[in-house]
Amino acid sequence: MRIPLLAGLLTAALVAAAPFGVSAQLAADPVKIDLVAVLSGPQATLGQQVRDGFLLGVAARGGKLGGRTVDIAIIDDESKPDVAVNKVRAALGQTPPAFVVGPVFSNILGAIIKPVLESGAVMISPNAGPSTFAGASCAPNFYVTSYQNDQVHAVMGKVATDRGYKRVYLLAPNYQAGKDAMAGFKRFFKGEVVGEVYVPLTQMDFQADLARIAEAKPDAVFAFMPGGLGIALVKQYRQAGLETIPFLSTFTVDESVLPALGDVAVGLNSAANWAPNMDNAANKKFVTDFEAKYGYVPGTYAAQAYDTAALIDAALTATGGSTADPAKLRTALEQAKFQSVRGNFQFGKNHYPVQDFWLTKVVKRPDGKFQTETVQRVFEADTDPYAAACEMH
Amino acid sequence: MTLLVIQALNGVQLGLLLFLIAAGLTLVFGVMDFINLAHGVQYMLGAYLAVAAASVTGSFFLGVILAVLVAGGVGLVLEWAVFRHLYGRDHLDQVLATFGIILFLNEAVRVIWGSAPLQLAMPAVLSGSFPIMPGLHYPIYRVALIVVGLLVAAGLAAVIQGTRTGMRIRAGASNPLMIASLGVDIGRLFRQVFGVGAMLAGFAGALAAPLLSVEPGMGDNLLILAFVVIVIGGIGSIRGAFVAAILVGLVDTLGRGLVTDAAGLLLHGTAAARVGPALASMLIYLVMAAVLAVRPAGLFPAVPA
Repeated sequence: MRIPLLAGLLTAALVAAAPFGVSAQLAADPVKIDLVAVLSGPQATLGQQVRDGFLLGVAARGGKLGGRTVDIAIIDDESKPDVAVNKVRAALGQTPPAFVVGPVFSNILGAIIKPVLESGAVMISPNAGPSTFAGASCAPNFYVTSYQNDQVHAVMGKVATDRGYKRVYLLAPNYQAGKDAMAGFKRFFKGEVVGEVYVPLTQMDFQADLARIAEAKPDAVFAFMPGGLGIALVKQYRQAGLETIPFLSTFTVDESVLPALGDVAVGLNSAANWAPNMDNAANKKFVTDFEAKYGYVPGTYAAQAYDTAALIDAALTATGGSTADPAKLRTALEQAKFQSVRGNFQFGKNHYPVQDFWLTKVVKRPDGKFQTETVQRVFEADTDPYAAACEMH
Repeated sequence: MTLLVIQALNGVQLGLLLFLIAAGLTLVFGVMDFINLAHGVQYMLGAYLAVAAASVTGSFFLGVILAVLVAGGVGLVLEWAVFRHLYGRDHLDQVLATFGIILFLNEAVRVIWGSAPLQLAMPAVLSGSFPIMPGLHYPIYRVALIVVGLLVAAGLAAVIQGTRTGMRIRAGASNPLMIASLGVDIGRLFRQVFGVGAMLAGFAGALAAPLLSVEPGMGDNLLILAFVVIVIGGIGSIRGAFVAAILVGLVDTLGRGLVTDAAGLLLHGTAAARVGPALASMLIYLVMAAVLAVRPAGLFPAVPA
């Protein structure tokens, strides 16, 4: 640790001597970034989006961030916390990275955040936004470019209330994120919960649950069913002729599963901080480039990772490419100005974004592919409920 | 009352799907004394092959037929390349080797088809539905699934009870050494059993594809359920697999609702929301424990205890 610090001080001195652009020495020395994402197992689609989005963000800047070349190591966390922590520790021990970008899931984040922050690296989560590090345990070197998990579900609770639904049936997998999702929904839903069902994560057939929903005759259903669970649920919901009951959901019909759902998902609502149709120059370039390069429609996972690359770029540009002074780098990250695919981007005091949230809807595009599109803004410049408890030192 | 009948129907349908998977597993385990953990990935392979074949031929039915044939072929290749070397070995070796096959095939599927889930559209003929209670339709496809499941069960029963090969299979399940010494080509018998088992698993995968998400690892959870079924039913017994599959399907479907309701009556709010799902997912294992306590070899053991 000593030697890089010394080298860092030297380079910082050099930067100070050359305030315009990046010094020749820094330009030749790549910034080390570790990208942690799940790239195997059933969740790999999401990790792939994060990886592709981040790499595209780097490629869009000619392979450089803030004028410096980058050395990106990609680590597959295999969706297993123990594996993730071992691999990340090993990577930290070799060439300590300046930035760790990742992971996709909150449970992995919980496992790796301690060793990463202890190494002195800056950690930026392009997707996982647990409440754990948004409040009293917020950390100066930890940033989230996605959202705080509760916010997305709260959008749907608000929508259900605004639409006047009195009786809503809730459906989620039986694990922590499922329970958090339902709690998030209930914070803004003022009506009655007529059923709250937690199914096993391994469930594949929802037929029994659909019969119970039909029997309960709710005004609407709210579901949080990520991945394959959601595919099975949505298909079977349509097959059971339940369309007359409005289907609200989060992380159930997004770009990661739309190719597998196809027409049955068209018209279904979701909630998000971004959608591919957002009308701004940065987003148009992102979606066009992404589809041209990877051949599939990006989801929020990819968009947030792309923004993460833009964030690092903006911060390094402000520091003249240097990562040596933690205080300067922190200021640069906190105040980074860049063209986000969401329009504007701004951190709150807990380093989670303060942003708009949208009701979205699945549409079939003229080219036959499927994507979500914004319907209406539900929350404007929304700060998560935990931020108030954060006192950043 | 209507709800109960519908849930029973759902339970039977889930049970028949489980039966298709468990039938092959129980034969391979019973006749060959071989623990094949790779049975679940063979189910996954069936689903992927059906998606691929249906998109090439443009027909769901042709797709399923091709998928079943290729799945059987892959099963035979695996038998030739890996499994036959393990027949004499102990169960731990078999578990390790077939677990390796799980990793290999899950990864192979990802390399070939990518990690994003795929879909298989229902055939137009079967994609309708009919009202079964106010607000709920029952898909015709699921009715077809029940019919096909029953036909396969009847066919297997006829083969096992009524043909010479069936007699050998039953004999093999109760005493393989004896039938080998009586001059039956046991290697050939094993290959037949294995091929049929792989085809049944592939068939189940292909049929489930329009209802579920076709993705890498989709067979891993089902494998555990299939083992529960064959243990309850008695290893090596097709009849046992059938009865146990229906039982597990019914217990899972009806029990989940009942347990959640009961938890809601006895406990309040969050406690009920915690206890209900936890108990519900334990239910089939409790049934297994109860059955084994009374009949340690399962309901219909191939080798009378």
